[in-house]
Amino acid sequence: MSQTFTLDGEEIPFRDGQTIIQAAHDAGRWIPHLCYHPEFKPHGSCKLCTVTVNGRHMASCTTQAAAGQTVESDTEALNGERRTLLQMLFVEGNHFCPSCEKSGDCKLQATAYELGMMTPHFDHFYPSRPVDASHPEVLLDFNRCILCSLCVRASRDVDGKCVFALSGRGIGTKLVVNAASGRLADTDAAIGDKALEVCPVGVILKKRRGFAVPIGERTYDKAPISETEE
Amino acid sequence: MTYHLETAEHPEKLRRVAIDPVSRVEGHGKVTLLLDEDNKVRQVRLHIVEFRGFEKFIQGRPYWEVPVMVQRLCGICPVSHHLAASKAMDAIVGAKRLTPTAEKIRRLMHYGQIMQSHALHFFHLCSPDLLFGFDSEVGQRNIVGVAAKHPETARRGVLIRKFGQEAIRLTAGKRIHGTGSIPGGVNKSLSVEERDYLLKDIYQIVAWCRDAVHLARELHETDPALYNSFGIFRSHFMSLIGADGQMDLYDGRLRARDDSGAIHFDGVAQADYEKYIQEEVKPWSYMKFPYFRALGNERGWYKVGPLARVQNCDSIPTPLADAERREFLDYAGGMPMHTALGYHWTRMIEMLHAAETIKDLLHDPDILGGDLMTTGERGFEGFGMIEAPRGTLIHHYRVDENDLVSMCNLIVSTTHNNQAMNEAIRHVARRYLHGREITEGLLNHIEVAIRAYDPCLSCATHALGKMPLAVELVDAAGTLVHRLQRDA
Ligand code: SF4
Ligand code: FES
Repeated sequence: MSQTFTLDGEEIPFRDGQTIIQAAHDAGRWIPHLCYHPEFKPHGSCKLCTVTVNGRHMASCTTQAAAGQTVESDTEALNGERRTLLQMLFVEGNHFCPSCEKSGDCKLQATAYELGMMTPHFDHFYPSRPVDASHPEVLLDFNRCILCSLCVRASRDVDGKCVFALSGRGIGTKLVVNAASGRLADTDAAIGDKALEVCPVGVILKKRRGFAVPIGERTYDKAPISETEE
Repeated sequence: MTYHLETAEHPEKLRRVAIDPVSRVEGHGKVTLLLDEDNKVRQVRLHIVEFRGFEKFIQGRPYWEVPVMVQRLCGICPVSHHLAASKAMDAIVGAKRLTPTAEKIRRLMHYGQIMQSHALHFFHLCSPDLLFGFDSEVGQRNIVGVAAKHPETARRGVLIRKFGQEAIRLTAGKRIHGTGSIPGGVNKSLSVEERDYLLKDIYQIVAWCRDAVHLARELHETDPALYNSFGIFRSHFMSLIGADGQMDLYDGRLRARDDSGAIHFDGVAQADYEKYIQEEVKPWSYMKFPYFRALGNERGWYKVGPLARVQNCDSIPTPLADAERREFLDYAGGMPMHTALGYHWTRMIEMLHAAETIKDLLHDPDILGGDLMTTGERGFEGFGMIEAPRGTLIHHYRVDENDLVSMCNLIVSTTHNNQAMNEAIRHVARRYLHGREITEGLLNHIEVAIRAYDPCLSCATHALGKMPLAVELVDAAGTLVHRLQRDA
């Protein structure tokens, strides 16, 4: 017998052990998210997937679905909170979409479009972050890191390598690579690693690819993220 | 070296007038005049704060990002920077020769840019001054006034510009901040539908561009006293020249002539520009002053842009524009024309050339091709030059073995014209402002002279065609005597 909860009034079936976001996505309902990826253990850090469960704010990527839950997601209030989170992500890093090669394929940008974020609202931090171009095939542009840890999880859980790690705490948190020199070239990262594929924004980039895909043919040119996502 | 009126002897005793257009990120220009008690002009300077730090900003960025990133330099002609940087980066990826499709798509983008920028400049920014007079009623002297009195002219201006923007959109992906040109080629060509969409209007556009040349010409003919002398000074001039001495705004070699039209240098490869051009820094402006090395900084300065290009080439490779070029040369009487307002006429000749070139490209099946990219042996230094709407644009980069830019040098069109613009406003100041009470109309004469060069600071003022500016007269003790404020 299938069990269900309601999401914005719609009955959503789920299997035991599924989180709310998994069940929702299986049912074709999109809940905004950045650090969640169906192939990895949830991290619960970006809070973009926050919904209300029986009136309480919960991260839907870490909350188990349970029969009879009343879940709200696509409400003006929650989307407003999500916009604020996005705005904070935009000002904490250096995101300049018009000259970023990830534009049109970037989940941060696509989610901001979807949720109608019009301006960054807050003062920019303009952090000074380096670019690591040491690896012959891969460029790291830390300016755009949103600390979602997807690369960390992919490297550890899929590639079995631990190329990436988050270091530091709070506002001082940053992404580091696992080499004494701090350079990607001195890690065992290699083309084909899952970790090099998962970045939702424009940090981990294949070199020399740049703007090869024309505007109009990029992922989110064709359909908004809510209709594109797993 | 200082020029007449560049530096006054006792500036502390003089009254200071500043024309301070407040503009957006890409440029901030300001004119200061120092006047003595009799309102006699003692010092005139155009200062431009522009592109400061941009060369630094590019350093450390991956080379493939640069053609897109440099578009931030300018809000009005980003495509010129996009293409100049792409051309420089072609050398980095070893693309010695682009595929025919890539080269022609880039040309289509570039001539679309020339068209939209020239149309914007002539119709939106300058036609109010030209049609109504430099000190006409200020309330009328804008594009809204033009639309009311000369609705057909205003309408065509809008549609010519729009056509150019559409050519950009279809080749670059977007009207501004497109990505179409990439190191080694382009990322898209045109579909048949896109080609046909442009083709259906191009004949009308060519005809209108031709009318625009005639309008500019008539302005000269009706008031030769003004048009042939306003902001006039003699100088050398320079532009890229294509094969067989023809005008080519996308590529070529550098040619320079002296003020009487004799060749100063010719056939200079883009990679050799530093052997011929040097830049001087002056303490009072952020913009450098380039000059021809062989002539030294006193005599070696020059102008670029339409007035230089139309008189520098041996011919224009499209028939209608070439006929107009010959008429222009006849009018000039066998010697190079140096008046600032000659820029408008020649700008319209170039707009016609752009329209004809687009027409020819649209009939070329290569623009529908699928062979977009070339690669070759990796290079570490690249030069990209193009004739941007405002003049020769030079991009020069070095890229390290990790693919990051290690050196960037840009000489933008407005910089080449720096000394020329300063000379033009000094001429105007001497002639119109000397000994008179400063009024808005007189001040506008200064702006008209600057605007003729279409510098980046006037790019910042699209819609209504007037520079937002504050003018302050401050006496020798620093007290504000008079203030004129004009908002965009
Ligand atoms: S590099 Fe990308 S995947 Fe890794 S933490 Fe930063 S944003 Fe996430
Ligand atoms: S997606 Fe759930 S917290 Fe990031």
